[in-house]
Amino acid sequence: MNNVKIPTLKELETAEPAFYGGHRLCAGCAEGTIVRQVLDAARYAEFDGAKTDLKDPYPVVVGVATGCLEVATTPCPYTSWGVPTLHNAFENVAATMSGVVEAYSVMRKKGRLASKKEYRFVAFAGDGGTYDIGFQSLSGALERGHKFLYVCLNNEGYMNTGIQRSSATPYGAWTTTTNAGKVEWRKNLTEIIAAHGIPYVAQAAPFSTKPRDLYEKVGRAFEAEGSAFMNILSPCSRGWRFPEGDTIKLARLAVETCYWPLFEIIEGKWTLNYKPKAKMPVVEFLSAQEKFKGVLGDKEKVAYIQNRIDQEWQTLLTKCGV
Amino acid sequence: MKVKALTGNEAAVEALRQINPDIFAMFPITPSTQIPELFDELIAQKKVDTVMIRTESEHSAISAAHGAALAGARVVDATASQGIALKHEILYITAGSRLPVVMLVANRALSAPLNIHADHSDTMGSRDAGWLHLYSETVQEVYDTVIQAFRIAEHKNVLLPIIIGFDGFTVSHAVSRVEVLEDDEVKNFVGKYVPEHSVLDTEHPATFGLFALPDYYMEYRRQVRQGMCEAKNVIISVGQEFGKKFGRNYGLVDNYKMEDADVAAIVIGSTSATLKDTVDELREKGIRAGVLRVRSFRPFPSAELRQALMYVKAVAVLDRADSPGTPGGPLFADICSALYGMHVQPVLVPNIYGLGGRELMPDDAMSLFKMLLETVKNGKPPNEELFIAVRKKGSVL
Repeated sequence: MNNVKIPTLKELETAEPAFYGGHRLCAGCAEGTIVRQVLDAARYAEFDGAKTDLKDPYPVVVGVATGCLEVATTPCPYTSWGVPTLHNAFENVAATMSGVVEAYSVMRKKGRLASKKEYRFVAFAGDGGTYDIGFQSLSGALERGHKFLYVCLNNEGYMNTGIQRSSATPYGAWTTTTNAGKVEWRKNLTEIIAAHGIPYVAQAAPFSTKPRDLYEKVGRAFEAEGSAFMNILSPCSRGWRFPEGDTIKLARLAVETCYWPLFEIIEGKWTLNYKPKAKMPVVEFLSAQEKFKGVLGDKEKVAYIQNRIDQEWQTLLTKCGV
Repeated sequence: MKVKALTGNEAAVEALRQINPDIFAMFPITPSTQIPELFDELIAQKKVDTVMIRTESEHSAISAAHGAALAGARVVDATASQGIALKHEILYITAGSRLPVVMLVANRALSAPLNIHADHSDTMGSRDAGWLHLYSETVQEVYDTVIQAFRIAEHKNVLLPIIIGFDGFTVSHAVSRVEVLEDDEVKNFVGKYVPEHSVLDTEHPATFGLFALPDYYMEYRRQVRQGMCEAKNVIISVGQEFGKKFGRNYGLVDNYKMEDADVAAIVIGSTSATLKDTVDELREKGIRAGVLRVRSFRPFPSAELRQALMYVKAVAVLDRADSPGTPGGPLFADICSALYGMHVQPVLVPNIYGLGGRELMPDDAMSLFKMLLETVKNGKPPNEELFIAVRKKGSVL
């Protein structure tokens, strides 16, 4: 699974985009960047030496759960999507896509599709729609093994409804429902998804230290025979409280501090995609935003966070055989 | 034509086998579980090439059905009771998205207390979601209605999802004589489904299920109502065409000896059979009684009801679902609204019967008509008890 070929950024610039500007995502939101990256990879990724044709992309069908991405990109009568896109509800994009994917297989078999090219299906949901309310729908779809990529745009909270805590919200973080700081540790969803035994699971961040990491992961996700899942950290300027220009900086700090390691699990095999040369202290990530203001002055709490991040990192290294 | 002994669930599956839909999204729930079970056997035996999506919940089953319908597939789901309640959120979305999903419902009570028997509270709870509701009296009608349902839902002027309701156990599990059509007859009658739009149409990429603010939302919902209005004629014409071809006519209502009725009962579902027997008995005694069975609850046949009830003196409206805090059940409310403004109105008596599968027995039906005759005599009902065949508080079990 290492023969994925993705066009270069220069080449991609010449292709017709599948996701247009002019959407209503907040300034500094990472979601638009991630969606562009995912769709570009989904449309053009080739394997095993096949040649990329920028004029003939793979047909991609997108499902979006209710959330920031959906409301910001489909305000009637406008749409930001250049590929067929559907939205059903908050918690059921995985189940809905399972219907689309199976209908596709039936219609392909019955010769009712014009395009001969293999379709690629992508579902997008936030962490609320993935870790929490959509968890059952996702788990069911993954267990059934429908061939699609599920992308969690993880901005660590219910940002569309105005910054409420989710089970992805980190310990100590301020949200409008954790004014005193969240007291629980975030759920390790990537590992829970890996326990489903699906062929491809990965954690990624937009244009982090390894800029092509996310593209290549999407490519490998489509090389997998079955369901694929990516948990992508999506820094949120409004919810995390950082200047709009710092989005990619936040994503990089999350990776460099090992707060959000880049790894993938292919057919059960864990691989670390990036190991910082010098692991940065987590406080660098915490202090680059204001949502951790409440814990930054509390040495014990910062130490607790550092400690758990270190433990998780060690566990991950062991799993990846590093 | 073949004659078979089938239960309601079996008859539904027999029709589905003949129709061979693209997708069956399922989740088991009593009393509709047999439908996906039996259909799965057909898949295993390669008698259909439908793909079954065996979901982890009712909510996911309707969501998968919704997705498959967006892709342009012909889609079936089967459910009941709590299943409908859990699907409730998505029912509105499927209707608002104008997807002709066909859903078989073996009507069953809602908790609490937990109960698995016949009752209409489940589908009545979602009656305003924008789905068409056709309720069957008999196993034969279930079979015939499944065949008609696709034509109705997929009609370009309708494009709405449809619920085919039939009473849990009383119809779903009761064996009846059923006249089964030839496979070709069914296939030709149902025809091919060619959707105008599909999320798989990558040549014409569209966004489905968008976010509409106050400047657009209302137009979408108004169109759902328009589709529902159009459905009246479509249900009638499809029912007539079915009758012409196969000998059994269907419409929005089933009038039984209503032409000269002085007293009548209005009902949905299998209980109309008991009432019809009682009417026959009363007719022998020279009492002009009738039964009006509402087959199409959505769209609601207001004009047909006004016409049928024009000269009736007293009418009992039998609801197998309650609407606590209102004068009767949901059927009663809609009948009052349909008859509002008529110069001469029958005395309307609301009744709640059969909750949680309690059968309306022939004696209960006879008492009901006697009550109506007394109502005619006195100009008002003899008492205000809403519930039929129920123990009162404090009475011994």
